[in-house]
Amino acid sequence: MRYLDEFREERDIREILEKIRACITSPVKLMEVCGTHTMAIFRHGIVKLLPEKITLVSGPGCPVCVTPIKEIDKAIKLSREKGVIITTFGDLLRVPGSNSSLEKERARGAEVKVVYSTYEALKIARSNPRKKVVFLGVGFETTVPTVAAALLKAHADGIKNFFVLSFHKLVPPALETLLRQDGLNLSGLILPGHVSVIIGSRRYQSLADIYHVPGVVGGFEPRDILEAIYMLLKQIQNQEARIEIQYQRGVSLEGNKKAQRYISHVFEPFSSSWRGLGEIPLSGLKLREDFATFDGEKYFDLEVPEAGEPEGCCCGEVLRGIKSPNDCPLFGKRCSPENPVGACMVSHEGTCAAYYKYQGRMAL
Amino acid sequence: MIKERRDKRILLAHGSGGKLSYELIEEVFAPYFENPILNQFNDQAILPIEGIDLAFSTDTYVVSPIFFPGGDIGKLAICGTVNDLAMGGAIPLYLSVGFILEEGFPVGDLKKILRSMAEAAKEAKVTIVTGDTKVVNKGSADGIFINTTGIGVRKKGIDIGGDKARVGDKVIVSGFIGDHGMAILLMREGLEFQGEVKSDCAPLNRLVSQMLDTSSNIHVLRDPTRGGVATVLNEIALRSLVGIRLEEEKIPVREEVRAACEILGLDPLYLANEGKLLAIVGKEDAEKILETIKNNPYGKNAEIIGEVVEDYPRKVFMKTRIGGTRLVDMLVGEQLPRIC
Amino acid sequence: MEVKKIKSDSMAEVSLGGVSKEISLELLEDAIEVGDYVIVHAGFAIAKIGGREAQVTLSLLKEGFSDALFR
Repeated sequence: MRYLDEFREERDIREILEKIRACITSPVKLMEVCGTHTMAIFRHGIVKLLPEKITLVSGPGCPVCVTPIKEIDKAIKLSREKGVIITTFGDLLRVPGSNSSLEKERARGAEVKVVYSTYEALKIARSNPRKKVVFLGVGFETTVPTVAAALLKAHADGIKNFFVLSFHKLVPPALETLLRQDGLNLSGLILPGHVSVIIGSRRYQSLADIYHVPGVVGGFEPRDILEAIYMLLKQIQNQEARIEIQYQRGVSLEGNKKAQRYISHVFEPFSSSWRGLGEIPLSGLKLREDFATFDGEKYFDLEVPEAGEPEGCCCGEVLRGIKSPNDCPLFGKRCSPENPVGACMVSHEGTCAAYYKYQGRMAL
Repeated sequence: MIKERRDKRILLAHGSGGKLSYELIEEVFAPYFENPILNQFNDQAILPIEGIDLAFSTDTYVVSPIFFPGGDIGKLAICGTVNDLAMGGAIPLYLSVGFILEEGFPVGDLKKILRSMAEAAKEAKVTIVTGDTKVVNKGSADGIFINTTGIGVRKKGIDIGGDKARVGDKVIVSGFIGDHGMAILLMREGLEFQGEVKSDCAPLNRLVSQMLDTSSNIHVLRDPTRGGVATVLNEIALRSLVGIRLEEEKIPVREEVRAACEILGLDPLYLANEGKLLAIVGKEDAEKILETIKNNPYGKNAEIIGEVVEDYPRKVFMKTRIGGTRLVDMLVGEQLPRIC
Repeated sequence: MEVKKIKSDSMAEVSLGGVSKEISLELLEDAIEVGDYVIVHAGFAIAKIGGREAQVTLSLLKEGFSDALFR
């Protein structure tokens, strides 16, 4: 079933690849920040199509991967409470906590429901008035407005049994921490697509100004990603450091102001811990006082012991772009999608999961 | 490895047909039942008895929802076992059926299911010769579970099995993939759809007979049920110790299924099919066999989607539509609808 | 995804390749009409796609997987 457009896309891709080859002189190291980009790059086998002088490293743009183990443990503890229904996006189900996972708790009888949207979780709360329905809020700025919407609705409709555990994080502060690292030597950033739809490309300007690293907001089609890479190479060639938008059809300078208002109305930033990156100032979101009655952290007792990283796990360094999954001693041996040790493997957008699923332990 | 897990409980993922199911069978079940026939791990057992090759297969159906566009659990139960026998190159003849009914299950629904089963058996030309029924307390079963066990006969000289793929062979799929898996998922997710995603549930024994009449160069036949095309091809690659190379743009997927996959974040290569087969055949006869399949009503959209190669033995990999290469791994657990 | 029907309370029916789904439009500032294209995330529209660009995306979608929505 070939459409005319298929031929056009093949031709476009060949053209972009030629342009890329023509303008690369010295080796460059580019980071794709967003987990969805990592997945797309692997799914289409893009790495092999690029000239060898271009190295792609994956960044910390996988919200599940950067959620500290302690927070997973909190969710697991909550799932064990009688009368609690945990609602969550599918990504979290198999993430290993210190000694269990939501999937395992479900097998033991916990009520854990995978939902597609926050409104679905709210519906579950409405249909189960005698249970406490808790939504696990994981995700960056793309997801946060959807959680805010559900909370605003719960507030307006007087729903008393809906709670949110906010593990949400913000991308730009993490990028700053990343760029401040010694030895990373990034030539350019492929900036996240959908996060940027919400926050706008202007939010990254300080990265270009302070760290002199060019950034391009890319879409998710293979053509988008290759175009974004080409735009970065052109800037590098001209020794520029600007923030550009390749993903013009969805992203603007200012972003989605209404969605931004939703976020700031319901949440406020605070310094939070990122797995692998440590504590980053003003990088996490918690519920504002006005929404305290929906705050799972306040309502439930979520005391859990400090969690240590599993021995040998390199997730932190992988997230920071310092190591590749192949450099981790556990990759493909003790740590695999069926038996994940670290979150990079179990999250469907985790770098290690992408490598494993699309490359195995061989260089394809 | 299941052996290494500290807490050993069965997870839903163990039933999905992917890696975990594979592990469960190899590491937990197989050690107790080891024998040369079972160790082949085909969907059917070929039993040489008194000069006849008897084919023997069993399957249990627990699908929910019980009724879905394109069929129901009864039709599935008949076609599933008929197909398992056919995939061994055998002619299915007789079926037994076992029912576990939950207390409170509507008799009207049971009759609908039985009617489906009768129709499917008639089309497949198999006879249901014996059966059993049990009723369990409310809550102990999901409405109705059905087991079907079938026997058939395989002509002498037919040599088909998961370990018979050879370098140079071509890989054929008999039509659109993912229809059944998606039809079930759409019902569960409550997505409405215009255009139709119906289960492709169908008996394929007549198609297989036609293929075997066309050529004896057929090495592997499998129906990609739970775990999908990706999982089945991986199993074959492992058993035959070969690599399998697919071409993404050749793989037939219905537009609605493609779209639904995007919306839910799924990959059609891992969705179940109940009326499709994968055939790995000698390359000289590939076009001829493809023609035969296309002439059968259940094979109209068949395509050659890849070939068996020497590179990367035991792995399945794919040339992507933009010319890149990626690995096509086995399904690990359930495919979950996901969000960033 | 294409907006097929606008319902009350900021909800809309959107479709892609013959599959429809109900989502919320409340995060969008722009007025949305039937026939517009939107980017959808977790059951909410997060941006309206410009008409010409949408046609480009649509033709890309026809060929195979679209990572604009694939996760």
